[in-house]
Amino acid sequence: MTTASHDILNVAAESDEVKIRPRGKATSMSAAIELDNVCCDFGKFRAVDHVNVTIQPGEFFSFLGPSGCGKTTILRMISGFIEPTQGAIRIGGKDMKGQRANQRPTALIFQNLALFPLMPIWENIAFGLEVRGVDKAKRRARAEELLALVDLHDSADKMVSQLSGGQKQRVAIARALAVEPSVMLLDEPLSALDLKLRQHMRAELRAIQKRTGVTFIYITHDQGEALAMSDRVGVMSQGKLQQVANPRDIYNNPVNGFVASFVGENNILAGDVKKASAGAAQFSTAIGEFQARLGAGANGKTAKLYIRPEHVILSAKRGKENSVPVTVSEVSFEGNFIAVQAKTANGTNLVAELRNDGSATVPSIGTKMHMTFDAQRSSILPDTSSAGA
Amino acid sequence: MQDLLRRYGTTLTYVCIGLTFFWLVMLVLLPNFTMLESSFRPYLAKVDEGGPLDFYSLGNYGKILGNNVDTTLFGITFPMPVRVKVFVLTIIYSAVVTVITFVLAYPLAYYLAKIVSPKSLPTLFLLLFVPLWVSEILRSFAWWIILAFKGPLNAVLMSVGIIDSEIRWIAGFSPVIIGLVYTYVLFMVFPLYNSMQSLDSNQIEAAEDLGSPWWRTHWRVILPHAKPGIASGAVMVFMLSAGSLLVPSLLGSTTSGWFTQTIQEIMLGSQDWNAGAAFAFMLLIACTLFVSLMMRVFGVKLSDIAK
Repeated sequence: MTTASHDILNVAAESDEVKIRPRGKATSMSAAIELDNVCCDFGKFRAVDHVNVTIQPGEFFSFLGPSGCGKTTILRMISGFIEPTQGAIRIGGKDMKGQRANQRPTALIFQNLALFPLMPIWENIAFGLEVRGVDKAKRRARAEELLALVDLHDSADKMVSQLSGGQKQRVAIARALAVEPSVMLLDEPLSALDLKLRQHMRAELRAIQKRTGVTFIYITHDQGEALAMSDRVGVMSQGKLQQVANPRDIYNNPVNGFVASFVGENNILAGDVKKASAGAAQFSTAIGEFQARLGAGANGKTAKLYIRPEHVILSAKRGKENSVPVTVSEVSFEGNFIAVQAKTANGTNLVAELRNDGSATVPSIGTKMHMTFDAQRSSILPDTSSAGA
Repeated sequence: MQDLLRRYGTTLTYVCIGLTFFWLVMLVLLPNFTMLESSFRPYLAKVDEGGPLDFYSLGNYGKILGNNVDTTLFGITFPMPVRVKVFVLTIIYSAVVTVITFVLAYPLAYYLAKIVSPKSLPTLFLLLFVPLWVSEILRSFAWWIILAFKGPLNAVLMSVGIIDSEIRWIAGFSPVIIGLVYTYVLFMVFPLYNSMQSLDSNQIEAAEDLGSPWWRTHWRVILPHAKPGIASGAVMVFMLSAGSLLVPSLLGSTTSGWFTQTIQEIMLGSQDWNAGAAFAFMLLIACTLFVSLMMRVFGVKLSDIAK
């Protein structure tokens, strides 16, 4: 993936005979990033706690987590603004210890973009080349190429303040690409954009990543962004990496309660694990016994049952197994789906989501129905919805 | 205006405007206009005032000429009127003072604005302000003691072993420069601090992340952003230095004539207020021209400074 995709940058560079001195000894090839037992303390507070992950060359990797979970600290450690308290960060196999931000083969896109408002667009983009002593004509040529790459023609001489939010975003990307980084680090760069533009830029970012083949490390608290764009997602909570997997596995097979409830909605039932066998178990709750998938580390009364609302089957007749009688208490129309809230006999609230595809009959409030949980898609997981451990 | 009326009511609005008007007209425009008018009239005995001898001329401005002294500049010696020489040296050394204060203030302002933790900022500001609680006369006099031939500075330098024999600090323009830099350095620090503080720290990090060494980050990102602050600081320090009378009088040596001293001599010594007014206006005009020229050179607009 690196060779094919990397060519785009190089072809562009060769066409105008722009030779860019690589920074330090690092090449402009995309490289693997290893976080080896990385910890970071701020005083007594441990912001990042023994994080181990290897990010492959050319991968689009997202760190997903709530604010304060340590994801930005990880980004700042990779870019070189913070030194880890413990552990090592290796980029392309090379230990980054003692390397300052201006010596690392990384390029960071800031949350507020941090474009230079007093320089015209092309100087912004060419700043990294100016630093490397590339002469002015070549810098200008390279900036124009990168502007074309991000679909911003004829903006070279404009000032930052003349651009729209989405255009600024592209300039920030072009500026980072100009230094031919091995790794691009993105710190929630889409959070300031409105919804439509955000969705458009998601696709755009993904496309640019594919074209350039640079390793992208993306930080976000928006699960939609992380799932839609990434090859793999690392879900973080309280400084710890909870799960690293591809987006499907994160959503469908979360390893614990935190991951399950941070990524998507759930019906959560407390209870007790009974009759555990390989990968499955009987779970007894106040509203009945349910058959479900058994997650690693889930046992006894500390485990909970997690069922996604869209995996709940709502029917007039009782299902064969895993079924519970309910009374519909509220129906809310959300556009693409309809959320049906219902109460069981003992007052437990459950939610089912029906796709608004015309096939489902929308029940009215007060209707007595049955909710059936798919045993394959319900998970018994260790409860860490609040704690990090 | 409508806004002011609505917010403060009629009475308060007119009182405020009236006071501002009074200050501007009675305390700024009128005295200056009187000075300007008298600078064109000859110095006459009381009885001749308003008589045939009392007419407007540029005679007072011409009094800056005469009394040539040999001046050596770049190896060439030529005669130059002594007052013109003092005038030129005042402008040059005021510029030197401005440059020195900038060099001292820039790192300090950067440290205060971007490096120091906000928690210790009030303490540091207090430490910077404490010297201002003492009057300018006392502070200048303190420097006169410090710089004295048998004074503490020489004693310390000799005991540490940096120098072997005393240095005569109070000679030439150096004590005046030291005194002016000390007196006016804060006028450079605060505008610089203000302008740097408004810079988004992410821009500094972005520059570093793109591979920029520290000096280039300063040159391309921080310095351009701080330009309005530098300009207003420089204008203040330059104008205050060129117009300072106290420091050159107290710390001056026999060879350090400052043009304000010349004006004082003529006004109080010779009692020639007309010539003094003319000289004062020449200094004002020269300083204004010099400042505008520098603003042109560095591409700063007046509106930037006003911010």
